[in-house]
Amino acid sequence: MSMWEYANPKRFMGWTRPVLPWTFALAGACLVVGLIWGFFFTPDDFRQGSTVKIIYLHVPAALMAINAWIMMLVASLIWVVRRHHVSALAARAAAPIGVVFTLIALFTGGIWGQPMWGTYWAWDPRLTSFLILFLFYLGYIALWEAIEDPDTAADLTAVLCMVGSVFAILSRYAVLFWNQGLHQGASLSLDKEENVADVFWLPLLVCIAGFVLLFIALVLMRTRTEIRARRIRALEARARRA
Amino acid sequence: MLRVQNFACARGGVPVLAGVNFEVEAGNALILRGPNGIGKTTLLRSLAGLQPATQGTVEFPDDEGAYASHADGIKTALTVTENLKFWADVHGARLPADILDTFDLSDLRDRLGGTLSAGQKRRLGLARLGVIGRKVLFLDEPTVSLDGFSVKLFANWLQNTHLAAGRIAVIATHIDLGLSAPELDLTPFKAAPDAGGGSDEAFL
Amino acid sequence: MIALLLRDLRLAIRAGGGFGLGLAFFLIVVVLVPFGVGPDTELLSRIAPGILWVASLLAALLSLDRIFALDYEDGSLALLATSPLPLEGVAMVKAAAHWITTGLPLTLAAPALGFLLSLTPEAYPYLLLSLLIGTPALSMIGTFGAALTVGLRRGGLLLSLLVLPLYVPTLIFGAEAIRRGAEGLDPTGALMLMAGITAGSFALLPFATASVLRINLR
Repeated sequence: MSMWEYANPKRFMGWTRPVLPWTFALAGACLVVGLIWGFFFTPDDFRQGSTVKIIYLHVPAALMAINAWIMMLVASLIWVVRRHHVSALAARAAAPIGVVFTLIALFTGGIWGQPMWGTYWAWDPRLTSFLILFLFYLGYIALWEAIEDPDTAADLTAVLCMVGSVFAILSRYAVLFWNQGLHQGASLSLDKEENVADVFWLPLLVCIAGFVLLFIALVLMRTRTEIRARRIRALEARARRA
Repeated sequence: MLRVQNFACARGGVPVLAGVNFEVEAGNALILRGPNGIGKTTLLRSLAGLQPATQGTVEFPDDEGAYASHADGIKTALTVTENLKFWADVHGARLPADILDTFDLSDLRDRLGGTLSAGQKRRLGLARLGVIGRKVLFLDEPTVSLDGFSVKLFANWLQNTHLAAGRIAVIATHIDLGLSAPELDLTPFKAAPDAGGGSDEAFL
Repeated sequence: MIALLLRDLRLAIRAGGGFGLGLAFFLIVVVLVPFGVGPDTELLSRIAPGILWVASLLAALLSLDRIFALDYEDGSLALLATSPLPLEGVAMVKAAAHWITTGLPLTLAAPALGFLLSLTPEAYPYLLLSLLIGTPALSMIGTFGAALTVGLRRGGLLLSLLVLPLYVPTLIFGAEAIRRGAEGLDPTGALMLMAGITAGSFALLPFATASVLRINLR
C-alpha cells in the first residue's frame, strides 16, 4: 500500500480522528512548558533585559509563518501533480493559520522593537518581508473565496501559490537591496553559540516544537472541516440530481 | 473521420453524459438531439477539447477541430471584413472570395460588428466557420436567432461546401436544418445519479 | 500572433480609452501628490522617483481587467484556445498589446511629469530607462493576474489584491534605479536586476498564464 492511500478523504478522516487530540495535547504541553520555562526560569539578557523573552513567541511564530507558506506550496504541487483533493484542501486550510502566525510575528516584533529600536515599526527588510508575505496570504485566501467551483479554485490557487512563491523570494532579495536594516541576524542557525546562549536556546526549541505541533493540529482540524464541507456539497449535489 | 468511444463528460464536476459512442464518416454530419440540460453543450465542448473528458476517447485529425456556439467572438469595434480577416490570419488561411456572398454579408462588409442585428451577427459567426477551414466542426445551436432564409443559406453552405469537401460536422440543434444527416438522441446516455467520474466522487 | 497583436491594438484605438485613460490617470495621480505633501520643491524632487513609479504601476493596473475579460465574454478566448495559436503565445501577445497601449505611453509621458515634480536633471535618462525596462514586467505579471480572475464577475478588486504584491520587486528596483541615478550613484545593479525580472517574467509567466486560462475555460 502506498503512502498516498492516506490522502483519500475517507481514510484521512479515519486516521486523523484519533491523532488530532494527541497532537493538540502535545502542542499544548510543549507550549506551556516552553513558555513558562522561557518566561520565568531564564535570566534576563545583559543588554536587552527582560524584553528578550518575547523571542519565545516571536521567533516560533515567524518561523511558522514562512513554513506555513512552504507547506502550502508543497501541498499545491502535490495537488497539481497527483490530484489528491485532501492536499488542495490542506493548502486552503493552512492559509488562515499562516496569516495569524504572520500577524503574531509582526505584532510581537513591534512590541519587541519599541524598547530596542525606539519604534514599533521600521521599514526594515525583515519586517517589510513579513508585511509582503501577509499580502501574499491575503491574495491567496481571497482567490479561494472568490471561486465557486472547488476544483477550479484548487487549480488556480495552486498556480498562484507557485508563482507567488517565486515573487515572494524575489521580494525578499529586492527588500534587502533596498534597505540593509536594523534587524539582528537569524537567531537560529547551526552555529547557535554565536547567536543565542544555551539557557535561552533550549526553551526556545521547546516553544518551536509547540508551534509546529500547534500548526499541524490546526491544519488537520481545518482540513477535516474542509473535507466535511466538501462532502456536504457533494451529497447535496447528488440529492438534487436524484 | 470522427470516432467517439465510451465518452463521458461532466459539467461543473457533475457527470452529465456517459457511454457515448458514435462514428462520423468523412463528408457526413451528425445531429445531436435531446432535451435542454441533457449536456449537448458540455459534450461538444469536451469533444472539441475545451474541457477534459471524464472517460473515453475522441479521435479526429490533430488541430482540425473547431467549436462554435452563440458566443462567436465577434468584435463590435471591427468591421465584418476585419472580423473575418482576423480569424483567417489566426488560422493561417486565406479569405475565400465568395464567403460574404454565401452568407449574404456582401452589403454589410464595411459595417461595424456592433451595428449588426442579432441575426446578421450570427451569420457573420457562421461565415467564420467557412474561413477557418477546419475539417471537424462542433456546432452548438448554430441557427439561434436566424430567420428561415438564413437557416437555408447556412444549410446550403454546410451541405454543398463543407460536407461536399469531405469534412465533418456534429451539430446540436432543435430545428430541422433540412440536412440528410443521421440523428443521435442523447437521452439514453444521461449519466446515472450515482455515476462515477465527478470531481466530488472521492468525498461520497 | 501578429494578427492578434494588430487586432488588439486596433480595438484599443477604436474602443477609445485604450491609450488615453491610463495616461490621464497617471497625470492625475502625479498632480495630486504635491497637493497632499505640500509644494516643497526639495521634498518633491526627493520623492519623485517613487511617485512616478507608484503612479505608473497604478495606471498599468487600471486597464488589466480588460486584457481577457472582453475576449472571454464574447467567446473569442475559447475560439483562440482551439485555434492553431498556442495559448502561451496568446498570453505573451496580450501582455505585449497591454504594454504598447499602457507601459509605452507612460514611459514617454514620465519625463514631462518628472519635470512637474522637479526631478533632478541627472535622473531623466534613468527614469526613461527604468520605466522602459520595468513596465513590460508589469504588463506580463498583470496579464497573469487577469487570467486568474477572468471567469469572475467582479474580479477587479481581487485582481489588484493578487497583482500588487507581485509588483513589489519591480517597483523596488525601478524606483531605486532612478533614485541612484538622481544621487549620482551607479544604478546599473538595480537596472540589471529589473531587466532580469522582466526577462524571467516573459520566459515563465506565459506558461502559467496559459495553464490558468485553460482551467478557466473548462
